[in-house]
Amino acid sequence: MAEAALKLDPVAETGPAPLLAVDNIEVVYNDVILVLRGLSLKVPQGQIVALLGSNGAGKSTTLKAISGLLKTEDGEITRGEVNFLGEKINGIEPDKIVRRGIFQVMEGRRIIADMTVLENLRLGAFTRRDNEVKSDIERVYEFFPRLRERTGLAGYLSGGEQQMLAIGRAMMARPKLILMDEPSMGLSPLMVKEVFAIIKKLNVELGVTILLVEQNARVALSVADYGYIMEQGKIVLDGSAQMLATNEDVKEFYLGQGGGEERKSFKNLKSFKRRKRWL
Amino acid sequence: MQSQLLLQLIINGLIIGTLYGVVGMCFVLIYKASQVVNFAQGEFLLIGAWTCWWLLTAWDIPFFWGFLIAVCFMMVFGIAVQMIILRPLIGEPIISVIMVTIGMSIFFQALMKWMFGTFAQPFPPIFPVEKVDVLGLQVQTAYLMSTGVSLAIMAGFAWFFKYSKMGLAMRATAFSQQVAQSLGISVRQVFALSWGISAAVSAVAGVVVGIVNGVSSALSYFGIKVFPAVILGGLDSIFGAVVGGLIVGLLENLGQYVDSQYLKWGNLYEVIPFYALIIILMIKPYGLFGTRDIERV
Ligand SMILES: Nc1ncnc2c1ncn2[C@@H]1O[C@H](COP(=O)(O)OP(=O)(O)O)[C@@H](O)[C@H]1O
Ligand SMILES: [Mg+2]
Repeated sequence: MAEAALKLDPVAETGPAPLLAVDNIEVVYNDVILVLRGLSLKVPQGQIVALLGSNGAGKSTTLKAISGLLKTEDGEITRGEVNFLGEKINGIEPDKIVRRGIFQVMEGRRIIADMTVLENLRLGAFTRRDNEVKSDIERVYEFFPRLRERTGLAGYLSGGEQQMLAIGRAMMARPKLILMDEPSMGLSPLMVKEVFAIIKKLNVELGVTILLVEQNARVALSVADYGYIMEQGKIVLDGSAQMLATNEDVKEFYLGQGGGEERKSFKNLKSFKRRKRWL
Repeated sequence: MQSQLLLQLIINGLIIGTLYGVVGMCFVLIYKASQVVNFAQGEFLLIGAWTCWWLLTAWDIPFFWGFLIAVCFMMVFGIAVQMIILRPLIGEPIISVIMVTIGMSIFFQALMKWMFGTFAQPFPPIFPVEKVDVLGLQVQTAYLMSTGVSLAIMAGFAWFFKYSKMGLAMRATAFSQQVAQSLGISVRQVFALSWGISAAVSAVAGVVVGIVNGVSSALSYFGIKVFPAVILGGLDSIFGAVVGGLIVGLLENLGQYVDSQYLKWGNLYEVIPFYALIIILMIKPYGLFGTRDIERV
């Protein structure tokens, strides 16, 4: 297929077994709504992998399929496999998947509004039994100094602070893999910069592998090692972050900077047109 | 003399009110964690009290141990009820779940009558003295114990929800089951545990009331009295349940005072909590402490 011809990074195919491998999955909601149609991707240990695509492409569904949270929305993986550390994890309860080391930071942060910052952080460590929770809370405060001063309810934090808390809560679980769903959503450009600097730091300093879902392709590719682009439940393009950032189509449709004179607004483009070019 | 009576009634109101508060907390615990309105809450008191009574009278076990065994049994019983009866109903319409808890209430009441008869049975004497003098007022020793136990339970709840891991997990589940699961919390465990704790603590209240009034199916009326208490406080507030319980306890007794002194209607004691309920809900539809979500734009 033409899709294969576009794979510019053969290393991803031949390297050591990836931390996470999603293999040709199909996801159905409420037994009828087919949302993912044979999606595959790999997340190698230690990398940041970006999953990009427009609204409704199925990015959040992909993350929920990996974390098992699909079940809470009456969704189901009807075909294909999700493998983590070489073991099949689809079908496992979401709380058990957290114990295996995958932690999802859901879209819209989903911090617990009627709890304090500290209580939210302590809940992040729910699955842990060791006694280093206190020092980890300290580490979260070092990553996000502004959270230390917030003693009230988490519901009163600003959007950016809530995103920081959501990421801090994920750190508290000491996961091997964090699934991050649109961390830039609703944040000011300045705050986006701050949050993404932290995401990179998390990856570099703590060695956490991250699968990063974003609509904001530019900022996502600026921190990612590798990227996938999805449309209507399928991967349509993938490659190293550098390659994607310089790809003409990606530039035009996701970075809004292609084509000079005939540059069109992203909003006005029909999705079939994009697919026609890539497939 | 009348002010003496009034004072006595206020103290009675507070004592009974703390008990309503405790049972109300148990009710709210289940409601918050699993969104089930448990119409069989009063039966938890009843079963707990009968179990303890049976252990004490049929087996001659010392009170402390009988009490402890009964409470542990009720913990297991509550968990079993959740796992066997309610778990399969997850996802069913609320009205179906309510019908099931009403059914449970009727069934357990009949079962208790069948097993232990319809007559009230006194507990064997537990305290060396039946009444003690508190500031010139005669207070039943059992009531003193009741208040002590109730306050200890409330403090225990406060600690549990503020500091324990499982307490935080329950609050997270009440906030959003999906969020709780994303944190690695098993909501099935949380549901089961909330029923277990609720049944065990209700059993404590049941034994305490049983010691004062004897054990009989009248105990399950507590389950009904608790409704105005928890709705007053706001269905989803544990603290509100305590305040609601105190208000209902006080209202009942003050209603009795007004009735006996002035109105002579003879039934104000029973109905005044419901009048108060209607008035408060007209002013505050979410109850005194019920929450609407915190929103920040
Ligand atoms: N719980 C659900 N039930 C039914 N359909 C859903 C559900 N969640 C998402 N969808 C549908 O699946 C598609 C992909 O959604 P989503 O994964 O949220 O996309 P994205 O995160 O890329 O914006 C959308 O068409 C959406 O309407
Ligand atoms: Mg999404």
